[in-house]
Amino acid sequence: MTPAIRLFVNGVEREVRAPETTPLLYVLRGDLNLKSVRFGCGAGHCGACRVLVDGVATASCDLPLWAAAGKQVVTVEGLGTPERPHALQRALLAEQAAQCGYCVSGILVSAAALLARTPSPSENEVREALDRNLCRCGSHHRIIRAVLRAAHDAP
Amino acid sequence: MSTPVAARGTREGPASLPGSLNTNRRLSQWLRFRPDRTLEVHPGKVELGQGILTALAQIAAEELDVALSRVVMVAANTESSPNEAVTSGSRSIQDSGIALRYACAEARALLLAAAGAALDMPPELLSVEDGVIRAPDASRTSYWDLEPQTLLDRDATGAVPPKSSSAHRVVGQPAARLDLPDKVYGRPRYIHDIDLPQMLHARVLRPPSPAARLEALDERAARALPGVVAVVRDGSFVGVLAEHEVTALAALERLREHARWRDAPTLPEENRLGEWLKAQAVETKVVDEIAPAARAPSVRTQRAVYTRPYLAHASIAPSCALAQWDDGRLHVWSHSQGVYNLRADLALVFKLPPAEITVEHVEGAGCYGHNGADDAALDAALLARAAAGRPVRVQWSRADELTWSPVGPAMRVELEADLDAAGEVLDWRHDIWSNGHSNRPGRGDKPVLLAARHLANPFETVHAENPPLAGGGGAERNSVPPYVFPARRIVNHRVLETPIRTSALRSLGAHMNVFASESFVDELAAANGEDPVAWRLRHLSDKRARAVIEAAALRFGWDSWTKREGRGRGIAFARYKNAAAWCAVAAEIEAEREVRVRRLVIAVDVGQPINPDGVANQIEGGAIQAASWTLKEAVRFDRTRLTSDSWEAYPILTFSEAPAVEVEVIARPDEPPLGAGEAAQGPTAAAIANAVYDALGARVRTLPITPERIAAAE
Repeated sequence: MTPAIRLFVNGVEREVRAPETTPLLYVLRGDLNLKSVRFGCGAGHCGACRVLVDGVATASCDLPLWAAAGKQVVTVEGLGTPERPHALQRALLAEQAAQCGYCVSGILVSAAALLARTPSPSENEVREALDRNLCRCGSHHRIIRAVLRAAHDAP
Repeated sequence: MSTPVAARGTREGPASLPGSLNTNRRLSQWLRFRPDRTLEVHPGKVELGQGILTALAQIAAEELDVALSRVVMVAANTESSPNEAVTSGSRSIQDSGIALRYACAEARALLLAAAGAALDMPPELLSVEDGVIRAPDASRTSYWDLEPQTLLDRDATGAVPPKSSSAHRVVGQPAARLDLPDKVYGRPRYIHDIDLPQMLHARVLRPPSPAARLEALDERAARALPGVVAVVRDGSFVGVLAEHEVTALAALERLREHARWRDAPTLPEENRLGEWLKAQAVETKVVDEIAPAARAPSVRTQRAVYTRPYLAHASIAPSCALAQWDDGRLHVWSHSQGVYNLRADLALVFKLPPAEITVEHVEGAGCYGHNGADDAALDAALLARAAAGRPVRVQWSRADELTWSPVGPAMRVELEADLDAAGEVLDWRHDIWSNGHSNRPGRGDKPVLLAARHLANPFETVHAENPPLAGGGGAERNSVPPYVFPARRIVNHRVLETPIRTSALRSLGAHMNVFASESFVDELAAANGEDPVAWRLRHLSDKRARAVIEAAALRFGWDSWTKREGRGRGIAFARYKNAAAWCAVAAEIEAEREVRVRRLVIAVDVGQPINPDGVANQIEGGAIQAASWTLKEAVRFDRTRLTSDSWEAYPILTFSEAPAVEVEVIARPDEPPLGAGEAAQGPTAAAIANAVYDALGARVRTLPITPERIAAAE
């Protein structure tokens, strides 16, 4: 039997029985039913699958499960809820900063990592922080505005 | 309102009704009042990320006087939705919005009549607020208390006029997108998130190139993997089903290693696409002609040739579909643009009556035209035959999405203008070479779905054609200039050879025709030493066209703009399909090592905007996407294979490169509402090219505008 691997997902300790080379994406979406984590390319190019791993925005589609063992993983489900939204979630809705929304999970993760280390980023810092996230609908401008708003509104 | 009112009936048949109501007349098919006091609205148009469901909900809430929060939008399906064909061509507001507007107005009148009878009160004395109907004597009832579904089980007459725009309280106001909270909180909403009991995961082994056919496949290594349920092979169509997604992926790699393909170099030379297009056999049609009248002979002819490469949809999510067979009946979940059209093609492949197939729409990622959604649905249906009744989920890879979805056709446009001594245009000629721009399912007697051509008994390959000009055309879309010239001749040469599968990409030929003609207009203005805004205004008689140009120029600060080293400004205009939204784009660019678009300032007139913020969002997104097409994008290939199979090989605009965008929506509440989704594509491309010329004096006529192309044009 495959040995269990422990990791902390959205603050809860989880035990996963999957081959240790399984990309974290499939563990999160499949085994743990966290559908906010999006499959986009499987090569770490588009950022749709990004999650926080020990606070660092990381592509989960090409990160083997063993590399997340013992670490704190945060997905969008763990960032906030409608009842207790993250400032970024509030700001994205306030700015209506999405069209199809598929890239939004990864962008929330990249932006959350940015705000955690740089609470008042410049516009250029926001752009740089999101440069590994692709958006095809052209919501870039609104998303940048939303991240700046979240930084401004955050307590 | 100048929205169409139902024409009178004739002895030959019933009156024509507005929009899609004409072919879907049953009111109960559009509207369902639920016991929980919600109102279900069932449009046949689907959410593609463009926000259509929110705009349609606003229309229903407005006409029926129910709170927007009480409206539940139900995704289209072939069991119960009106058949509104394909969600495309920026026609959803015109087709579905108008239908809903009339259906709801009529439903409201029927319900008020019933309320009047119940309350013993003339209906005209009743008022409605959030579905509660009140009489002056304080007696009351509600839509839900009047057996509404029985009342609505009848055909619309179109005889009840909708509200006048002055009475609107919901329509015309910005509304928050109904679908965004789910997406922002990461709740399951996309087709990719569906997890059915007993569901199997599948992958398809696509051939390495368009012409490749499978010669041999050793399935043993794949089958040996624990958890593999089946390997399916039918001709050159190969797929694997497994209990877990990662097992399907591992099995797919083993199949790839053990497959031998027969390949053939059938593709044109990538860097000579313009020449290739012109050298092919074509079907030529005159699109429009005003013959030259007797006049002074021209003194000079100006000519230019423009080309664009094939462009990929490049949605952020690769296509996905689910299918399940149950006793000979097929159920499919798809992010298709047209559930009924997809069903028709599936029926052809499986030789089933359409009634034996259900197609249900589930949202996917952004859809910008005919992408791989329908193809993935056939993949799922084919593979599910090996699943013994279990549902099957197929997920395409990034490479599948970039190399197997239909692509937007490469195009060549030649422009010529005969000029008089003052540089005025006497005769304007526009010639197009392009493959067809539409190869959608559900329109012919042969299926166009991808796997159908790979089966052991393959269906004949159907090549893209152009939709009729009356509906906007395909390659020739927006090729007729909006400017007043004494003579003109527009000709489309449809290239018959289709080495790379093409179909509809956002705005079809309008992107290229507007890029070319609005670049050429700038060249004419420059040759005359005339300001490009002034040139355009001088040649336009349409007031709404002039208004968007003036508004964009004003907001941009065109007249006060001062030239700096390496900076340039450009403007461009088009009325989408020459019949829908008016859009002008002013661009400011900075050219150092490469071109950066700093700012796009856009004015758009969509008549009555239903959701002004939704319009702005669509225009903004379209403009940024068009900037990406213009500066970066080209489908890459060698003589055999498509090579742009990853984001590294098919780069798109990044956050660092995205321009600031300002959109001014010129609201005209008394004019019919028009779609906004595609209006910005052409004008944005030309405005950027014109700004590059302004900055560098380099006229780049071949897209994308890369540093190499600029160097070659200087």
